[in-house]
Amino acid sequence: MASASEQGGITQSSPGLFDISLIVNGAPQAVRVPARRLLSDCLRHDLRLTGTHVGCEHGVCGACTVLVDGVSVRSCLMLAVTADGARITTVEGLTEPDGTLSAVQQAFADCHGLQCGFCTPGFLTTITAGLAENPDPSPDQAREIIGGNLCRCTGYQNIVQAVLRAAELRREAGLKREAGLTREAGLTPEAGP
Amino acid sequence: MTAMFGEPIARLEDDRLLRGNGAYLDDLGHDALAAAFVRSPHAHARVLGVDVADALDVDGLVAIYTYEDLPGRIAEPLPLLIPHPALTHGRTGYPLASDEVNYVGEPVVMVIARDRYLAEDAAERIMVDYEPLPAVVGVDAALAAEHLVHPDVPGNVAGHLVQSNGDAAAAIAAAPRTLELHLYIERSASTPLEGRGVLARWDTESRRLRIWTSTQTSTGVRAAVAAKLELDLADVDVITPDVGGGFGVKIVHPWPEEVLVPWAARLLRQPVKFTEDRIEHFVASAHERGQRHQVRVGFDDDGRLLGLDVRFWHDNGAYIPYGLIVPIITSTQLLGPYKPGAYRVEFSSLYTNTVIVTPYRGAGRPQGVFVMERTMDAIAAALGLDRTVVRERNFIQPDEMPYDQGLIFQDGRPLIYDSGDYPAVLARLKALAGWDGFEAERAAAAEQGRRLGIGLACYVEGTGVGPYEGAHVVVETSGKVKVATGLTTQGQGHQTVFAQIVADELGVPIGDIEVVTGDTRAFGYAVGTFASRAAVMSGSAVALAARAARAKAIRVAAAALEASPDDLEITGGIVQIKGDPESGIAIGTVAVLSNPLRYAFDEAAQAATQFAGGDIGKPPVADGDEPGIEGREYFSPLRSTFASGMHAVVVETDPLTAEIRIVRYCVVHDCGRLINPRIVEGQIHGGVAQGVGGALYERMAYDETGQLQNASFMDFLMPYVSEVPAGIEIDHLETPSPLNPLGIKGAGEAGVIPGAAVFAAAIEDAEGIAITSMPISPSDLFELRLSRRGDRAV
Amino acid sequence: MLASTGPDGKVLAGGQSLVPLLNMRLATPEHIVDINRLTELAYVSVADGQVMIGALARHAQVLADPVVAAAQPLIAQALRLVAHPVIRNRGTTVGSIVHADPSGEMTAVLALLGGTVLLASTGGERSVSAEDFFLGPLESDVRPDELATQVSLPVLGARAGCAFAEVSRRNGDYAVCGVAAMVELDGGGGISRARAAYLSVAGTPLIADLTEACGAGAGADLAAAGRLAMARVSPGSDIHATAAYRRHLAGVLTERALAGALAHAKGRSDG
Repeated sequence: MASASEQGGITQSSPGLFDISLIVNGAPQAVRVPARRLLSDCLRHDLRLTGTHVGCEHGVCGACTVLVDGVSVRSCLMLAVTADGARITTVEGLTEPDGTLSAVQQAFADCHGLQCGFCTPGFLTTITAGLAENPDPSPDQAREIIGGNLCRCTGYQNIVQAVLRAAELRREAGLKREAGLTREAGLTPEAGP
Repeated sequence: MTAMFGEPIARLEDDRLLRGNGAYLDDLGHDALAAAFVRSPHAHARVLGVDVADALDVDGLVAIYTYEDLPGRIAEPLPLLIPHPALTHGRTGYPLASDEVNYVGEPVVMVIARDRYLAEDAAERIMVDYEPLPAVVGVDAALAAEHLVHPDVPGNVAGHLVQSNGDAAAAIAAAPRTLELHLYIERSASTPLEGRGVLARWDTESRRLRIWTSTQTSTGVRAAVAAKLELDLADVDVITPDVGGGFGVKIVHPWPEEVLVPWAARLLRQPVKFTEDRIEHFVASAHERGQRHQVRVGFDDDGRLLGLDVRFWHDNGAYIPYGLIVPIITSTQLLGPYKPGAYRVEFSSLYTNTVIVTPYRGAGRPQGVFVMERTMDAIAAALGLDRTVVRERNFIQPDEMPYDQGLIFQDGRPLIYDSGDYPAVLARLKALAGWDGFEAERAAAAEQGRRLGIGLACYVEGTGVGPYEGAHVVVETSGKVKVATGLTTQGQGHQTVFAQIVADELGVPIGDIEVVTGDTRAFGYAVGTFASRAAVMSGSAVALAARAARAKAIRVAAAALEASPDDLEITGGIVQIKGDPESGIAIGTVAVLSNPLRYAFDEAAQAATQFAGGDIGKPPVADGDEPGIEGREYFSPLRSTFASGMHAVVVETDPLTAEIRIVRYCVVHDCGRLINPRIVEGQIHGGVAQGVGGALYERMAYDETGQLQNASFMDFLMPYVSEVPAGIEIDHLETPSPLNPLGIKGAGEAGVIPGAAVFAAAIEDAEGIAITSMPISPSDLFELRLSRRGDRAV
Repeated sequence: MLASTGPDGKVLAGGQSLVPLLNMRLATPEHIVDINRLTELAYVSVADGQVMIGALARHAQVLADPVVAAAQPLIAQALRLVAHPVIRNRGTTVGSIVHADPSGEMTAVLALLGGTVLLASTGGERSVSAEDFFLGPLESDVRPDELATQVSLPVLGARAGCAFAEVSRRNGDYAVCGVAAMVELDGGGGISRARAAYLSVAGTPLIADLTEACGAGAGADLAAAGRLAMARVSPGSDIHATAAYRRHLAGVLTERALAGALAHAKGRSDG
């Protein structure tokens, strides 16, 4: 089996092996992979970012979901070579720059949204993308956001709560950021010397 | 300091898992060789030969093994883990099939290669020559015994057991009313999101074996693998990494792969890893639930049970490594919260050419509850009584506890319920579910053309079975508290609840406590995680060990403070004279004092060198004493403790499409004292979702040749969020168990147990059609409507 | 590229159908031709009474396009039923049509609307109509050296309405039975034309003309149309549903889809 994409600048370094470059969680990565290497395996075994999990390898469970150029996709249904040049966010890249948990991660902790934790990375990435698109979901919309991910432990009850809680945390953080910016700009009375 | 026990605190294990820093089996061993297996495509066949020639030139191939290559005890059948006198014809498989295969998916050849892709390339090119034999699929074919799974097992019967209490036949014969029911439940499976997996390293220098495996019992795997590989127990470490769910399937051990991978690692002197893929998990791990039942019941005009006679046939698959546990549980736990009058139960466990059967969350109880609750509903229907009334009239009353059902339970001990208040649970459930107001609700819905039904189901669950668990608690000089227990964790939040127990018992901040489970290096004696036993067994052991450590800390501090131990307390990690914080010594300092050292390697140690003080007339470590603030205790209860609960569900069935929608789901649950209500509710949520799956979606669709037709997440319909109730209403009752120091009962399995029963009842109530077989799909319901004469919809 | 790979080549676009088959080793093509860099094919446009969907347009992109939604609402009605959002982020609409799954919503849409598929090879282009495109289950009229570059679907007529109704086991699963319906109204609010396409009841999308069954005039006999549909379909049984249940659903869903399409058409005419 061989892949062929001559326009994307992928070079075939030796028979069957391709040099690709990815930006994973903000860091550029150069990897040499066989054409058939799944993006999930490339992330887990070549880059050792094992937070992305593989639960079925046929695209149904959603545990392997990552963000490719900001869009949630199944990394088990994408060849690594197809992702050449893409910006990829995995669960390891969801935390804030200062290392604190993101709103979605924090909401899972607050709401007991995980038990064994195996499906959790796929939920976290899916919800992160879902809230970027719809920052204020109703309970029904929250269920829709996670509608394609399987969890065998939680019965989803607390995951739905976590989606709503994450939206709340994001709003609070947004308000705080706004307030901070206003203060910095010296526009409020309290900010005066 | 606030008590931690009973607080719904957030879990301590979450931070790591939320950052993607969990370490599940396949996240380990990046340098390991990969194992893949050639598995039987036939349900039943003779293996005539294996031709590996075409595979040999696959790049990256390291080794290929067949049965012929297996030495010594590895070439013997896998152990029959739980023998029983009634299990007269126990058969287990070989790690690799010798001359016969008995289910699709049975391992025949092991391939080791540089990575999994290459191992599968080689496996694909290996030719196995089979002579197909007739396959026995399903309970009916097994019972008919036209063909045999194992030629030396007559009638396909692995085991046969009868238990009775009183003369059921006579009681039924004399009863004013009788009913007969035929009830069937299909197979489902645990289906954790992470499949099985094992990684092994043989240390050529120390000649020791280290195994990581996704298991529910690390000590079990250790003993089994040591025996198979003829190693001393002391030379084998088994470590349970993060486990992506178990639900029963991972209690079986050793799996063929758990023997073969360590063996190959030792032989090849390289680490080897096997990661099960999803399809393999469907065809090569374990299923449960397939049983056919026949019930005869005698009762009086008030609905009181007089005699109950149950016969059932259990499909145990190709082999029976886990013994008769599942049907024994069905046969005993089906009695639920009721006094059955005279009772007789008889079952046969039958071989079929399908995947083996082992406990799946609930473990035989969902079938038993289905049988009993369908019977209760049938009695109510026959007498025109409210279904709750019939149940109330048969309940064991709180003042009758402890109640002896006169049978032997799965642990070989008498089936004696220790505590419970069933009338109170039912009263709460009726209130929660709006039972008494339901007829008005139904009528209002009917006016809009909607069809509603309500069902309820009751269960009693023996939890916390023995024989024992142990725990070790040690206070470090930093004040950190290390806790270890041997049983394993698959997401139940053990780190959190055990830390809550230790925080209270020892009097230290919860943030200073670290809990390790399932690592034989940290604690070598353990049984495993199953039967809702972790909190009861290890929780109790942890409490006892923490109490021992506390007593020691008090004693050492009392000497230092020249106070009476009775006057001391430990709070916030400080040992002090009660109510006098000024007097306090940090518990870490007490640990320093407890360990008279010779060498002063840091400040804490400096304070504790044997030259630092003490009575020169006494030895530094007194006779019978030990250095350190530690506790190591074991908990071994007399019997299981019995949790209970009742569920109700309201469903809406579409009069045209026969689709089944859940309107509301209510749970009242009594697991004794709650350590962490949030975690208990999480367990219930997950159990209910699995109950929904088992009742409405999941089945193992074998065709008559023994091919599993739905071995994928596309066709095995595990519920998504869209299939589970949008909310689960939960109420707790807490009747403490008298059998353990914390008054707790198990909570892990409860949520799933009444699933099939409660949905069958609600659908029957909505449709007016007897529901006797589960699961039920819209297509099944449509066919039932068709076959009913004078149907109102079709 | 495809010309050189011969019959063992497979085109990879979204990969949501092909890669699972590769992972399960159910398909073992010698060559995979990844077209994901042909970004010029990632278009959706409406012109000359046609919605045109390029080979690399993802379901999500098509679904979110307001111009498409206005021009042919059936497309969005169908796409909302295709799997789950994450799959739609990657899967392509043209790819799902070429895959020719008789349970696929978009195959039914192509068939009902009488769309066309544009196929390109080194030898040139050809256009195949829906009725000729589907040869059997998972089999479409794409030759090994051809790439399906575009699907064209006619826009919805002025007095027309459409609706999709289906029953699936779980939300997002392939339909046990599904019906896409389109009606056109005459000047008096009666049905001048009614047609439906059926999923999961035959090897290729089945089309039924329900105009006569519905009857003329304002009081359409949707039940009669449902009965006709039940007579027309010849479904099979599988592990999820019996043939009888599927046939029954074809009737029920025909009524539901026609009612939806009728309401839709009336709403558009009034608006």
